[in-house]
Amino acid sequence: MRVGVFICHCGSNIAGTVDVARVAAEARKIPGVAFATNYMYTCSEPGQDEIKAAIKRENLDRIVVAACSPRMHENTFRKTIQKAGLNKYFLEMANIREHIAWIGNDKELNTEKAIDAVSMAIAKVMQNKPLHATSFKINKRVLVIGGGVAGMQAALDCADGGLDVVLVEKSPAVGGIMARLDKTFPTIDCSICILGPKMVDVGQHEKIKLFAYSEIEEIKGYIGNYQIKIRKKATYVDWEKCTGCGLCMEKCPSKNSYDYFNFGVAPTKAINIPFPQAIPKKAKIDPNYCRQFLKGKCGVCAKICPTGAINYEMKDEIVTEEVGAIVVATGYGLLDQNILTEYGGTRYPDVISGIQYERLLNASGPTSGHIERPSDHTEPKTIVFVSCAGSRDKSIGVPYCSGFCCMYIAKQAILTKDHIPDSQSYVFYMDIRSPGKGYDEFTRRAQEEYGAQYIRGRVSKIYPKGKKMIVRGADTLLGTQVEIEADLVVLATAAIAAEGAAEMAEKLHISYDTFGFYVESHPKLRPVETNTSGVFLAGACQGPKDIPSSVGQGSAAAAKVLSLFSRDMLESDPAIAQVNTNACVGCLKCLKTCPFQAIVEDTLRSGKKVAKVIETVCAGCGVCTSTCPCGAIQLQHFTDNQLLSEVSAICQM
Amino acid sequence: MAEKKYAYYSGCSQETSSKEYDISLRAVMKALDVELVEPEGWSCCGSTPAHTVNHVLAAALAARNLALVEKMNMPVLTTPCPSCLTAFKEANHRMENDSFKKDVNSLLDNPYNGTVDAKSSLQIIYEDIGLETIASKVKYVFTELKVAPYYGCIMNRPPALAKFDDPENPIAMDKILSALGLNVCDFAFKTECCGAGYGYTKKDMMKELTYKVLDMARDAGANCIAVACPVCQMNLDLNQKEINKDRGSDFNMPVIYFTQLMGLAFGCSPKELAIKKLIVNPDKLLKNRMLKSETDKGQDKEKLKASA
Repeated sequence: MRVGVFICHCGSNIAGTVDVARVAAEARKIPGVAFATNYMYTCSEPGQDEIKAAIKRENLDRIVVAACSPRMHENTFRKTIQKAGLNKYFLEMANIREHIAWIGNDKELNTEKAIDAVSMAIAKVMQNKPLHATSFKINKRVLVIGGGVAGMQAALDCADGGLDVVLVEKSPAVGGIMARLDKTFPTIDCSICILGPKMVDVGQHEKIKLFAYSEIEEIKGYIGNYQIKIRKKATYVDWEKCTGCGLCMEKCPSKNSYDYFNFGVAPTKAINIPFPQAIPKKAKIDPNYCRQFLKGKCGVCAKICPTGAINYEMKDEIVTEEVGAIVVATGYGLLDQNILTEYGGTRYPDVISGIQYERLLNASGPTSGHIERPSDHTEPKTIVFVSCAGSRDKSIGVPYCSGFCCMYIAKQAILTKDHIPDSQSYVFYMDIRSPGKGYDEFTRRAQEEYGAQYIRGRVSKIYPKGKKMIVRGADTLLGTQVEIEADLVVLATAAIAAEGAAEMAEKLHISYDTFGFYVESHPKLRPVETNTSGVFLAGACQGPKDIPSSVGQGSAAAAKVLSLFSRDMLESDPAIAQVNTNACVGCLKCLKTCPFQAIVEDTLRSGKKVAKVIETVCAGCGVCTSTCPCGAIQLQHFTDNQLLSEVSAICQM
Repeated sequence: MAEKKYAYYSGCSQETSSKEYDISLRAVMKALDVELVEPEGWSCCGSTPAHTVNHVLAAALAARNLALVEKMNMPVLTTPCPSCLTAFKEANHRMENDSFKKDVNSLLDNPYNGTVDAKSSLQIIYEDIGLETIASKVKYVFTELKVAPYYGCIMNRPPALAKFDDPENPIAMDKILSALGLNVCDFAFKTECCGAGYGYTKKDMMKELTYKVLDMARDAGANCIAVACPVCQMNLDLNQKEINKDRGSDFNMPVIYFTQLMGLAFGCSPKELAIKKLIVNPDKLLKNRMLKSETDKGQDKEKLKASA
């Protein structure tokens, strides 16, 4: 066996705190090593050529590259040695950058640790076996989870590219947050007017199968071959028969149902179509408010419905769809105002959230676009906007900036002036964050043309005095305390992860950050990929985003799916679990622990019961390996012997 | 034998200017069958002056008392005074750092190991005794009272240290007073500043702030204020005449310790609760009281009416 070792400087990233020449010299002394050298940038083209040349010249059959994390360049070097004629699993990487050079400043100690890491990799590579990938067919259908603007964009782009799309939306209609907005910044164009056509396209596209009011129940499978169980929640209205005429909603006697679409600004009926432009335009009963469900008698909607679509006995239904890739576009949520006790939580009816104000501004909202105080339905003259209501506040666990609030507050201040010309808006802000095309100009317009008074400082307290709300804050530019007597206060509540984001991530096997936002594969270079191949991200589920960014990501995710599906076959990773049927005692503990349901029971010709791994389903996580009491199930490329050889390598040092 | 037992630190204010807080708390605890044990030889907690000068010294003053409680083998020290409470909580927090703890203990004859939890008497009453027990002890309901519950600035702050109730909209006292059958107002200034120590040095500023609190209480429909802090009580109670003179207002709003209100409801006499020590006389408001059993009947009647 002739091992070649390549120590990378990574410029000064590694060489700055590791004596790379010494590491190479020490590696040369290890039995089995035929060649060791150090190089400025091993990943560069000349660096890779050096490896290929050395393989030929020195007759090397195993390669160790000590450089950055294998997540960065393992694939690069696998391809390199493959080109030089070696099986690509004859490569090992020692991560001496992230694990060593970047975290310690003591060059002596770092060098020692790097030598340890390299000797482990050498020990492992000498145990490596050649592995060969098999290929399998891709199911060229795509699942898009979430029917907001990002999800719709992804669905439409995929469908226009010829793919069959399954779009699952948990609320009764597509459109997401954007469908609730009145106007959009910085162009002040009508939100539903630009979104509506997209919603219609989604509803009518022959390639898009829309499941509204449905949720993902279970996801099984792997890239190219997923089986998705979808729960179609009971609407108590047969959507095949419902024509969306709205007669039921008109006659329904239960008038105090919570209106999810309007964020509770005003109540709705127990049977309702969420908004006039809803796609699909179908009615749905909220059993928490419906008299038929609460009291067992009423039946008004059933009597009135001209098509007989009402069905109080309807149950949830589970359907299965098979797809080859998934776009996650589950959006975001808004901070519960009750947490902001300094602003009264939700105790004061005239302190509302930005999205609620948006519904008051909207012509199809509960006040038909007339701005009214929720308490007494009078027109407010003094309106105070509080930005960063929860955002950039470590004490409630939201240290980040929600990104779009500065812009929508400026928009709402402008619209307020349009609606009520003799009104005065005040905006409390920490910093005006407006880095986008035409954005900063827009916030200036709110101030200069529309006379919104911007006060730099935070609001410490909001309390009622008579019919007014007193907003007390600091003006940090004047260095003084200010109190404003407001008629209405609008809080720009922080953007947070969507409800159930963590559970969804677990179903998808993708990672999420401390705040519940999904983690992209690389923050700069792989913004819509996840670390689970076949699953892509779009929109605010990855972090707060405005409409242009969400749409951009929707298209980007679609492009990724289309490029994935441009092939007919995919290569499977051979680094998966394998059962030694001679050692297996058929206890099937592995079957129970496998998180991917990749293990099944099998009977050999001798009649012996054993575990069997479904190659295409196994993700190579290794849980079964540590479960198996007799070491019969081994993860290829990470076998017990391979790992133990690494351990003995450091123990011998 | 009392059902519950706590180490009790009354604090200097409760020995002097606000004796009635100590007296009424002891009376209430007796009625609730809770034993308070005073550590022998307790001394100043350090209060505000010490920590403005030196944190180690401030912690040492507090820790000396905590060490006494530790020696008594008692896990919890309760104090009615929010300032003492903060001093103890802060000492405990800072002494989690080993080198700080060493510095503090080098100043003490008996080292403190950090095993005593400090809790306000309000917290003990709310959490350990509980609303049900409180309600069960109520004999009289004072029907005239409309109470604004005023917690003061540091009872629940900073939240990471206080670990009790909400720092902006606390509710413990509201609930206790409601359990007494009292009419509790929705009061927006529960945690506003009363001027605190500026009552001694910048009286005008203090009067400005207490005026706001009194004004808001009146706006909320209250005819008295319930307090849990000796300094709040003093600032609000002592200056109403002067404020009236300055501003031409007509405040005559009793500022009563929540413990006194509890005692009254439990049937203690005003004398047992040192009601007389309050500056603004609450007697008129306390005239009308009903036996709780009667109000229950009244409620039952109303319920009957409602169902009919």
